[in-house]
Amino acid sequence: MSITRKEVEHIAHLARIELNEEEKTKFEKELSAILEFVKKLNEVDTDNVEPMTGGTSLENATRPDEQIDKTLDNMVGKLIEAAPDKKGRWVKVKSVFN
Amino acid sequence: MILNTLTIKQASEGLRKKEFSATELVSSCLESIREKDGNLHAYLEVFQDALDQAKKADEQISQYRNIEMSRLPPLFGIPLAIKDNILIAGKRCTASSKILENYTASYDATVIRKLKNQGAIFLGKTNLDEFAMGSSTENSGFGPTKNPYDQTRVPGGSSGGSAAAVSANLCLGALGSDTGGSIRQPAAFCGVIGLKPTYGRVSRHGLIAMASSLDQIGPLTKTVEDAKILFEAIAGGDPFDATAVASNSSNQLPVTNSDPDFPKKIRIGAPKEFFSSGLDAEVEKIVKSALKKLEKAGAKIKEISLPHSKYALPAYYIVVPSEVSANLARFDSIRYGLPEASAKNLWEVYTKSRALGFGPEVKRRIMLGTYTLSAGYYDAYYLKAQKVRQLIRQDFAKAFTEVDFIIGPTTPTPAFKLGEKNNDPLQMYLADIYTVAVNLSGAPALSLPAGYTETTKLPVGLQIIGGWFKEDQLLNFAAQAEKLII
Repeated sequence: MSITRKEVEHIAHLARIELNEEEKTKFEKELSAILEFVKKLNEVDTDNVEPMTGGTSLENATRPDEQIDKTLDNMVGKLIEAAPDKKGRWVKVKSVFN
Repeated sequence: MILNTLTIKQASEGLRKKEFSATELVSSCLESIREKDGNLHAYLEVFQDALDQAKKADEQISQYRNIEMSRLPPLFGIPLAIKDNILIAGKRCTASSKILENYTASYDATVIRKLKNQGAIFLGKTNLDEFAMGSSTENSGFGPTKNPYDQTRVPGGSSGGSAAAVSANLCLGALGSDTGGSIRQPAAFCGVIGLKPTYGRVSRHGLIAMASSLDQIGPLTKTVEDAKILFEAIAGGDPFDATAVASNSSNQLPVTNSDPDFPKKIRIGAPKEFFSSGLDAEVEKIVKSALKKLEKAGAKIKEISLPHSKYALPAYYIVVPSEVSANLARFDSIRYGLPEASAKNLWEVYTKSRALGFGPEVKRRIMLGTYTLSAGYYDAYYLKAQKVRQLIRQDFAKAFTEVDFIIGPTTPTPAFKLGEKNNDPLQMYLADIYTVAVNLSGAPALSLPAGYTETTKLPVGLQIIGGWFKEDQLLNFAAQAEKLII
């Protein structure tokens, strides 16, 4: 199963990762090898098999929509602190609409 | 000096009898870290306030009389190491990635909250493969960890730092996380106990997510008894994690040395697929010898089959990258991450910071997962893999109608050399060949040290897989096996 360079570029675009030319070549090779490896799954008859949708059979695990954490002291401060770009109490982003 | 070589159980008894203080216990660990960790690099960060935590514990104890001492929680004053993908409020948490190099956690993971409630002491954060992706800790963004048994070899991964820290007595116990073997495999390579609980048994709130339908936090310890103590401290339901199941009451470990019926009533299945090609001859010898000892003690051992075993790795390497690609989309350097000065617009903030911040294995898995989930490919890959996963789970369910535990080698080889498997990602993936199926099925499993290779004197691990949510039985059995095998 071969992945083309164009596909690698498309995937990088979707994944929002900038790749240099060397990386594109490397991923062409490596992703093709891995996809070839996982092709093995086609050997398995899964016609009447339900897919696993998670790790447990829990469904509709809900809780009341109430604040649980009583102490949200200084949480805003900590969150803003973590942002690479900020101004006062706001997280700063570059223009969304060019 | 010797206090760092104690087990959790021994240390907790010593503290209660006032044979030594928490300060002495922590100091012993810190001294050992100073001596050895320059070479081993098990820790990414050793906490400056570890001695302060110990002092507080001692102050509390000094005011207690015997009755209060006897009521101390099991982990009170016990120094632990925590894998650096588990959040401790106010401390750096990097997931061993440059993209989180400057990130400080704003809240405690639920498991940390629980350990704090018991008065446990945190020595620091341990090294891991970046975002828990890897089987050797070589994918760490901050340099690899060495195996304490042979520093030219890997400690395993992704919880390599935690495994090495326990193995080298740089702590009394540690937490790791396991998505495809990341607790069990390094435990096997470093000669310690590693438990991956049933999926849903331990809250994932505050664990930096890798593959949400597989990740579990678990203990790495020197003894099975310690693993039980640590496991019970962290297990349980959690309103912050909708996939965590409330625990049912667990059986106590027998107070005396052995259940008189053990192990005569125990039925063990040895899957033939775990003993075929690719298994190192010395590992096979040690594992089979361990099984013989169990059989001699009265356990019934029979060969079983897990027919879809050979599809576990391919299914894993579709499901996990898919979930990874979704979970790591949040690292966009807006709320946290790398400021990338050269970004000219919003698009470049994303693409350049992610390019700079993520290592090659992380990029590889994000790319793979993005592809397998993309339009036109979802059915062929992710959906197909989840169906095969169902069949793998059914293999285990069927086996557990005939046996109580499934036993085999944890890894196909002992610890490999640093750099040995770096050229071919697929070679590295094969290190997890016996562990990934367990995560896919959700069942719990423990790696128990079973001996050392003759030629290279490296530890070999025995993997014991138990029924879903039956950790109490698994731990009880493992505690008995521990005495029989070594």
